Amino acid sequence: MSRAVEESNRAMLRARDAMDRAYAEPLDIPALARIAHVSEAHFIRTFRATFGETPHRYLQRRRIERAMSMLLETGRDVTEICYAVGFGSLGTFSRTFRQIVGESPTDFRRRRALAANVPSCFAKAWARPSSFG
Amino acid sequence: MTMNAISRSQIYVLDQDEALDFYVGKLGLAVGSDQDLGFMRWLTVHVPGDREHEILLEKPGPPALDPATAEQVRELLTKGAMGGWLCLTTDDARKTYEELVAKGVDVTDEPTERPYGIDFGIRDPFGNRIRIGQIFWRG
Repeated sequence: MSRAVEESNRAMLRARDAMDRAYAEPLDIPALARIAHVSEAHFIRTFRATFGETPHRYLQRRRIERAMSMLLETGRDVTEICYAVGFGSLGTFSRTFRQIVGESPTDFRRRRALAANVPSCFAKAWARPSSFG
Repeated sequence: MTMNAISRSQIYVLDQDEALDFYVGKLGLAVGSDQDLGFMRWLTVHVPGDREHEILLEKPGPPALDPATAEQVRELLTKGAMGGWLCLTTDDARKTYEELVAKGVDVTDEPTERPYGIDFGIRDPFGNRIRIGQIFWRG
């Protein structure tokens, strides 16, 4: 039993890592389920049970976190950043950004100073917008 | 009181043979010691030529941990939440990255140039995070 949980966890982590790595690509549930070697319905359910949120939400947060970083660290305009992090439309990007971050991309860029110079895996884990309240 | 080195650190692994295959066979680390102490297998690795800084590859289980706790550790480890983290340096991050990809290592983050250097992220077979970087040392 426990071995099955470990294998499932590791497979879900592999799919989550794929979202962290390839967030800009058009990742969809079938592709992620293939990485985890499970059916699509099983993937969504198991991912949520493992990490506390749906894969879709995790990918949204990853993309928004990358967008936040690009807004702070580059001079690229908002539309360019929207497509660079994997969103297909500016409307969805702006709505999702505002919902997760609490302000528009432009306001966010204006308000925040440059991120501190820390190892990026910690910055990614801690600066990523939360879905846990 | 002055400490002068971090001589040994520890991460959990699920299987020590598989850990050897990964850390020595794929990452190219060297075995520091591999001893069956009876109550545990003391397995350490280090960067080649640097025996002073070892990583203990410890398997969670009894008697150090009761079976239920060991199972919790294994579950956290495999979902990437155990906190095991190694930060290694290399002379050429991009070349090291290509070599590890060819060996089928799980990549979490491709090589990127940052203010402190070029680095990338991989994951060991169990769920521990490893960062490999070519650091721009600043005097």
